[in-house]
Amino acid sequence: MLSLVPQFFVSGLLTGSVYALIAVSIVLVYKSTRIFNFAVGELLALGGYFCYSFVVWFHFPLWLALVGALLMAVVTGLLVERLVLRPLLGQPLLTIIMATLALSVLLRGIMLMIWTGYDVAFPKNLLPGKTVVVGSVAMSAELLWAFGIAVVAFATLAYFFVKTQTGLRMRAVSQDHELAMSCGINITVVFALTWVLAVILGTLAGSLMGYRLALAPSYTPLLALKAFPAVIFGGLDSVTGALLGGLIVGIIESMVGGLIDPTMGEISAYILLLAVLLIRPEGLMGLKRIERV
Amino acid sequence: MWRPCGIFDDTYEKDISIVRTLPQQVLTITGLIALLFLPQLLGAGRITTVNLIGISVVSIMGLNILIGLTGQISLGHSAFMGVGAYTLVMLMNHLGFSFWLALPFSVLSAGLIGLLFGLPSLRIKGFYLAMATLAAQFLIPWIIVHVRPDLTGGTSTLNIAAPSILGFTFDSQVRIYYLVTFFAVASIVLTRNLQRSKIGRAFVAIRDNDLAAEIMGVEIFRYKLLSFFICSLYAGLAGALWAVWMGAINVDSFTLHESIWYLGMIIVGGLGSVPGAVFGVIFIRALEPFSHYIGPPIASYFPDAIGAAIKSGISPFVFGLVILVFLIYEPRGLGHRWEIFKHFYRRWPFSY
Repeated sequence: MLSLVPQFFVSGLLTGSVYALIAVSIVLVYKSTRIFNFAVGELLALGGYFCYSFVVWFHFPLWLALVGALLMAVVTGLLVERLVLRPLLGQPLLTIIMATLALSVLLRGIMLMIWTGYDVAFPKNLLPGKTVVVGSVAMSAELLWAFGIAVVAFATLAYFFVKTQTGLRMRAVSQDHELAMSCGINITVVFALTWVLAVILGTLAGSLMGYRLALAPSYTPLLALKAFPAVIFGGLDSVTGALLGGLIVGIIESMVGGLIDPTMGEISAYILLLAVLLIRPEGLMGLKRIERV
Repeated sequence: MWRPCGIFDDTYEKDISIVRTLPQQVLTITGLIALLFLPQLLGAGRITTVNLIGISVVSIMGLNILIGLTGQISLGHSAFMGVGAYTLVMLMNHLGFSFWLALPFSVLSAGLIGLLFGLPSLRIKGFYLAMATLAAQFLIPWIIVHVRPDLTGGTSTLNIAAPSILGFTFDSQVRIYYLVTFFAVASIVLTRNLQRSKIGRAFVAIRDNDLAAEIMGVEIFRYKLLSFFICSLYAGLAGALWAVWMGAINVDSFTLHESIWYLGMIIVGGLGSVPGAVFGVIFIRALEPFSHYIGPPIASYFPDAIGAAIKSGISPFVFGLVILVFLIYEPRGLGHRWEIFKHFYRRWPFSY
């Protein structure tokens, strides 16, 4: 049993990279707009479906389909921000929570209408490479690709936030809306950009997991539910925290599921979440907010 | 509180009454009589939906106290209903309790579980609290399915016997209607009174600003937990009624999806408004038959395969759209519209 520990650790880490993509998508939106995006699951499933459609309906090669899906993600992000979230700027918390929940139900309806409720799977063997074995640890090619793409995405994101003007503007907005506005930053543009980025990350995650497993409106969105504990664990307003949280949730889920009880795996993340909320609500790297009357 | 023109509260009884004018009394009594004969008016076919509306009203009254009055949030309301339903069925099937004996236990157990998941609310609020209750929505069904599947039946469906009182068995939808309506009306009256009591005012103080409320002398610890407790009591009652209504329970009836629908009812109805909550329930529960009604004509314009997909997706699509439209264009809900309408007819024909 103990000899399996490295195996579960590595496969958890690799899966965790996809959770981290989703978690970062949530944190990006939260940091700049103070909206917790409960619709991220449906958005990522939608991205996966776009990628699937480009491959199966239009016979694109996989890389081109992914590019196409990312372009669709830009459109989706802009539409979601403009039609749903912008009219609700500055509304109370429950309204915002309910808006993203309603958006998720709406998107599920759209997915059911276009792609039906049945499972759809990508044709297999689109990605080159085969299972890599290092010592006693086997890593499937799909998971390694997923991990690689996630690492590239994070590196690009880090470069974007640290080195570019737009990234700097987005960081400024996440610090303080009014101060950013008074410095001449157009924050509605920043909000739109944030949503675009978030949907792009979601689309990556959805395409990767959709390729690995299958797509269905009933369970693909549930992937996001793994990212929620990751976000809370890392801290709602920390991108690094979300990244780490995603990896840790992946590892915990894989270890608990593999070593203790397979059914425990699915809820282990939520037990962790409750514990974090009770002991350290601001998470691993989040900021503690002090409230004044 | 608004008084109709020319009504003076010259005794204490008049001051605290809910039904105060003659037209109100007449309306209340005719309304209750109409409720009594509703199955005969609607026909047995539609009464199943009416029962569902009644159960949802009970459930929503609780959620409205938590969200609308206390300003907390729960994404696990249908899981708490599940606790009530499963406790009822466990006690009836394994210990041989009668429905009436098992009911208080099932209501209480849901309340206690709700209290447990309300504990994080003392330290956290907003999105964090939504997360904690979301955890309840996953943990409770998991416990039902995996911990003692020999007792709870795991994912399979459990049947229960129809309850009876004084030889009257609630074994058909029309008969269950009277059971459900009794509890629905009772919970409406109870909520209405709770809202005006000391507890209700403490809840509202916490909603408006919990730090300020604490400084004013409202014990946040006690009242936040009380709010979660009361909310889950209603959920437990609604869950028990759900079990009777279905004649069986399955863990699939108590999903996150259902919880979102309950939140939707609160939004459509308007936060903290009792009549609004009732309108919200009726509105949202009527959406389902409505989308089944408009689905086939729309689908007939498309080829068969797409048409079938449209029929399956139309219900969540319509629900999501309606909630978003309400959030953007009428965030105060139908309850607010009802108030506007009331002011209009009270002042008619004058507009001031």
